[in-house]
Amino acid sequence: MQLQSMYQDIILDHYRNPHGRGLRDPFEAEVHHVNPTCGDEVTLRVHLEGDTIADVSYEGMGCSISQASVSAMYDLVIGKDVTTALGTGEQFMRLMQSKGDTAVAEELEDDLEDAVAFAGVSKYPARVKCALMSWMALKDASARALSAPSSTPIEKAG
Amino acid sequence: MTQTVSRPAGAHQVPLPLDVEAIRADFPILTRTVRDGKRLVYLDSGATSQKPRSVLDAERWFYENINAAPHRGAHQLAEEATGAYEAARATIAGFIGAADNEVVFTRNSTEAINLVAYALSNAATAKEPEFRRYAVGQGDEIVVTEMEHHANLIPWQQLCERTGATLRWLGLTDDGRLDLADLATVVNERTKLVAVTQQSNILGTINPLGDIVARAHEVGALVLVDGAQSVPHQPVDVAALGADFLVFSGHKMLGPTGVGVLWGRYEVLDALPPFLTGGSMIEVVRMEGSTFAAPPQRFEAGVPMTAQVIGLGAAVEYLQALGMDKVLAHEEALTAYALDQLHAIPGVTVIGPPDTVARGGAISFTVEGIHPHDVGQVLDDLGIAVRVGHHCAWPVVRRYGVPATTRATFYVHTGYDDIDALAEGVREAQRFFGVAPVVTEGGTN
Repeated sequence: MQLQSMYQDIILDHYRNPHGRGLRDPFEAEVHHVNPTCGDEVTLRVHLEGDTIADVSYEGMGCSISQASVSAMYDLVIGKDVTTALGTGEQFMRLMQSKGDTAVAEELEDDLEDAVAFAGVSKYPARVKCALMSWMALKDASARALSAPSSTPIEKAG
Repeated sequence: MTQTVSRPAGAHQVPLPLDVEAIRADFPILTRTVRDGKRLVYLDSGATSQKPRSVLDAERWFYENINAAPHRGAHQLAEEATGAYEAARATIAGFIGAADNEVVFTRNSTEAINLVAYALSNAATAKEPEFRRYAVGQGDEIVVTEMEHHANLIPWQQLCERTGATLRWLGLTDDGRLDLADLATVVNERTKLVAVTQQSNILGTINPLGDIVARAHEVGALVLVDGAQSVPHQPVDVAALGADFLVFSGHKMLGPTGVGVLWGRYEVLDALPPFLTGGSMIEVVRMEGSTFAAPPQRFEAGVPMTAQVIGLGAAVEYLQALGMDKVLAHEEALTAYALDQLHAIPGVTVIGPPDTVARGGAISFTVEGIHPHDVGQVLDDLGIAVRVGHHCAWPVVRRYGVPATTRATFYVHTGYDDIDALAEGVREAQRFFGVAPVVTEGGTN
């Protein structure tokens, strides 16, 4: 059975016990991303202190891969500056394009921590977009947060 | 629901009307394996059907023997290609009880619906008075239903945006039926067209078109029936249907991709301006302006998908040889069995009619605690191909409060063994994700 290569225990753990889930104040930008082919959705907020990501909060619905991915991403980007966080996102993108090449996963293991467990997903092209949705949302929200006027936090949700 | 359900008690297998083993031998793709040697259990015919060898042979025969552009040229190949193309049109027209000149070839159902939607807005600005009869504009209304595939929704939303007309729709009941309680007010004197599916691609519901057609015609509205999920699976006769348009796709009925059909009542087609324009749809062309051919050529601009049309003709002959009554009965038996099997699994909820009354072989379901994508992934690992997601009917999944569903669809090569594999696969998904009634620690086998 090949399923275990995709559904690593780490992924299922993040899915069942997501880290950082919920929408929180303050935040400078909120984005809503959907995967139009399947209906997966994530609403994601970014709170910056200077150019450091102080918080990423989110709500979403979707498959185990999409939900575990946003949870693993949360662990990776909190406390990082935006450039470093988005660089990690680029590395995650490389992992997703690796088509199951273990050499790529080994090379990225130190940087991606738990997220390297998604290497198995890269063998299933239809699921790669599930894993990438949260990272696309983060990239979008970070750009908006940085361009927000003097990064004024929005105190009220909605 | 007072009608007696025809399905057998329990999970009894009535003899299937079609010889599944013999039919499978006609489909080359069913001999391949997937995911490390597993038998392919193809339960995604609702997305696209597999093709019997006779369809593949017909396309190859065309290219190897008579390939030429039909309705052009005077050489022997052109004559033979034209003959084969028009013979296929006659076969396909006969399949739905239509006259040959009422059958227009399009790329698929989607394009057929767009053809009508654009013709109705083009009618408003047509220079020819005879093309303005069905013009849609401000103050007019278009009626759809909440269970339409996006293909029978977005073109009408767009038509309304182009013309200032208003889109209205019939809602759904909790058990997956059209709510016709307000049919008489939603379809009214302002209605220009009612677009409705004959069978829902996601719920499996077969709609009571008679009431809708009667009301629409009472107020002078046209009716377009989306037959993409019905024409492949049950006998459809346009005279009995009573509608003005019927659309369907070749690739969902054992035919090739790239060919679909718009059937229209001739007097209606004849009063519509063209959608796509260009070669072979013209009558006289001058630099100052042109006149157009009679239907169906008016709506077939450019060199058509000749090989695909001939392939679809072969697909129709294959279905006719099986008999559409038998195809329908076959799928009814499978649907009854599948509903029994799925209802027997704790945590599984069928979205749509719970029994086989006015219901076709498209079964959408959810599995408690497992997202449909993950259900589909486990099934895929077992060699079972199903569709997951919103099935291009996003308003439907929203209506029933689920993010997505897993959908199994059946066809002529589907047997009880495929349904058994599906049910066992769903149980395996429950075991794998640790939500089975008897939970195994560790989550995997």
